[in-house]
Amino acid sequence: MNNEITLKKKTKSLLSVASILAILVIVYFIDDMGGNGMLVTVIEKGAVYALVAASMNLLNGFTGLFSLGQAGFMLIGAYSYAIFTIPAGSHAAVYQYFDGGLIQWSLVEILEGKLGIFGHYLGMIIPMLFAGLFVALIAYLIGIPVLRLKSDYLAIATLGFAEILRAFFQWNTLGPITNASNVLRKYAVYKNAIFPVIIAGLCIAFIMLLINSTYGRAFRAIRDDEIAAEAMGVNLFKHKEMAFVISSFFAGIGGALLAMFQTTINATPFATTMTYEILLMVVIGGIGSITGSVIAAFLFTACSEWWLRGLDAGMWLGISSPIFRAGFRKVVFAVIIMLIVLFAAQGIMGTKEFSWEGLISWFKNLPENLKAWPAKHKAKSEAKKKERAAAKAAKLKAKEDKKNSEAKKASGEKLFTPLETFDHVVVFDKEGR
Amino acid sequence: MGIIQTWLPYILAGIAVGGQYALIAIGYTMVYGILRLINFAHGDVFMWSGLIMIYLITVLPLWLSIVIVIAFAIVLGTTIEKVAYRPLRSAPRMSIMISAIGVSYFLQNIALYVTGGLTKTYPSIGFLQKTVHIGSATTKMVTLITPILTIVLVVLLVLLIKKTKIGMAMRAVSRDFETSSLMGIDINRVITVTFVIGCGLAAIGSVLYFSNYTGINPMSGAMPGLKAFVAAVFGGIGSVPGAVVGAFVIGICENLIKGAGWTTFSDAFTFVLLIIILMVKPTGLFGEKNIDKV
Repeated sequence: MNNEITLKKKTKSLLSVASILAILVIVYFIDDMGGNGMLVTVIEKGAVYALVAASMNLLNGFTGLFSLGQAGFMLIGAYSYAIFTIPAGSHAAVYQYFDGGLIQWSLVEILEGKLGIFGHYLGMIIPMLFAGLFVALIAYLIGIPVLRLKSDYLAIATLGFAEILRAFFQWNTLGPITNASNVLRKYAVYKNAIFPVIIAGLCIAFIMLLINSTYGRAFRAIRDDEIAAEAMGVNLFKHKEMAFVISSFFAGIGGALLAMFQTTINATPFATTMTYEILLMVVIGGIGSITGSVIAAFLFTACSEWWLRGLDAGMWLGISSPIFRAGFRKVVFAVIIMLIVLFAAQGIMGTKEFSWEGLISWFKNLPENLKAWPAKHKAKSEAKKKERAAAKAAKLKAKEDKKNSEAKKASGEKLFTPLETFDHVVVFDKEGR
Repeated sequence: MGIIQTWLPYILAGIAVGGQYALIAIGYTMVYGILRLINFAHGDVFMWSGLIMIYLITVLPLWLSIVIVIAFAIVLGTTIEKVAYRPLRSAPRMSIMISAIGVSYFLQNIALYVTGGLTKTYPSIGFLQKTVHIGSATTKMVTLITPILTIVLVVLLVLLIKKTKIGMAMRAVSRDFETSSLMGIDINRVITVTFVIGCGLAAIGSVLYFSNYTGINPMSGAMPGLKAFVAAVFGGIGSVPGAVVGAFVIGICENLIKGAGWTTFSDAFTFVLLIIILMVKPTGLFGEKNIDKV
């Protein structure tokens, strides 16, 4: 029934370029006109989380390494970005407990002085890249011992490393650099929501390219069967380390973007809860689908920052109730997530990715599918009913059988009729005798 | 003598905390032994037992509230198992782990909603707060009671596992899930009993643990939960005595580190220990060797 549609490569790239440009223009003007504050927040935060979720999916969904260290890597990224971009004049105020800190310059200011506005952005991008590379280096070092562990041990070890990193950044001795447990603020931030959208978009595009490359295929081979992959000549450790380092690089960049979005950072919120939230985004979107992660990240932020806000404030969709008070939003949210985890484990996209053909044929088949839906639903519910009835009957029968057998046992009947015993055994002649 | 005088209070506190971790760790190690699942929600069950205690003690006498808290933890734990883990029994291991993380997130958020994000003050239980003198150190009664109670409970548990029929079923299921179900063992019953024991002990642990602290917030269960899990791994996952030894080691080391003035790293130490043990002896101190077959 599904109409297969094929588009020319040229048409596809034209469509892609046009839609990307359209998105960028729309994002730019939404922010520039300062229309809906919530929408801008969702775009900015959603872009950051889309990047982080995609990087986690690369590791958890495509390489099959269940790592829970994402928040720790974001923390390093955020700090390494912020430290190098605090204006020289603000150091005394920010590092007030550490005599103005150790680093007394800001890369943004130095480059802006030399290259003007171009230098300003260069001064933001270089620390961001540095953040990514630094995180990648740390991940490389952590990966050497940790990646030899299997599934749940790996999860716990990465979780542990994230906690160690958090403690390390709050250590008083490092105060002149990290400001210990005080907040870092006044560092350079972007002015328009288009900045995180572009950076996150570029990074996600790179992740997509990587997944479709030979390396990506090796990652998937490892996920599906480690032993078979090794037998086919995939160097397990090298590829795992590579996935881990690349994923952490993007988590670091995501952390830097998050720092810019929040305008102040502190190590406290980069705890396991943050990793859990990112993991849940990946699950909602579909483990093994980058498109799914992106969609889920935006949906997640939109729900938690905007659509479900009313549940906390006492009024939602015109309904007001005394149970709508601070925190209720998160309860509803957690219920939705549990329902998805239990009943729709494949998430929004499963393992499918976005393609123009898929989109067009989905729209084309929509009327038919909608028409067919009631019948399909009916058939499904009937099948379920039948199944339930069968289960009930089986249970009843089991009960009856048990009762009968007990009754028989009580009446002295043997449960098994012994086989007849013969007093001689016939041995068949072997062939060719 | 001087050295002992300075360090004795820390060692005593460490033994107490270790006993409390041990009570949580047993839940982790037993569930992992049977289901091969890190029950991320266990720490939150522990936190919820504390919260319920706060609400109950205002209206009920102490002994009754402790009994109800234990009953509540058992009901909560078995419900979680029925709702969130049982439907996924044949699903890949990653899905069950994600489900456990989802439950943990859910329990924390409900606690956040109920408490309004505020830290609730834990009631002071007069009997546990009495001051006692041990040598030169002054400490609370709870420090003395915890290790004794822990050891008594663990001995009872080990007897249950070694001597009774259900204990034998547990050992069989943890050795080989499928074969034991073929042998006619009711797997679901064994798992339920495991959760009952684990959550009951966690509830007892919560009463002891939180009387040492001033208050509870929704995140209070996460850290002790993780530490208890590390204790279980350290002792060899699936082994009850191992978990107890691991918990005491972690509790004592943590407090010695605090005593040395490195409070920032007292939590991090646990994870360093985890990584070292996983590098050197992945099966833990008393763990059995587990070989993956192709």
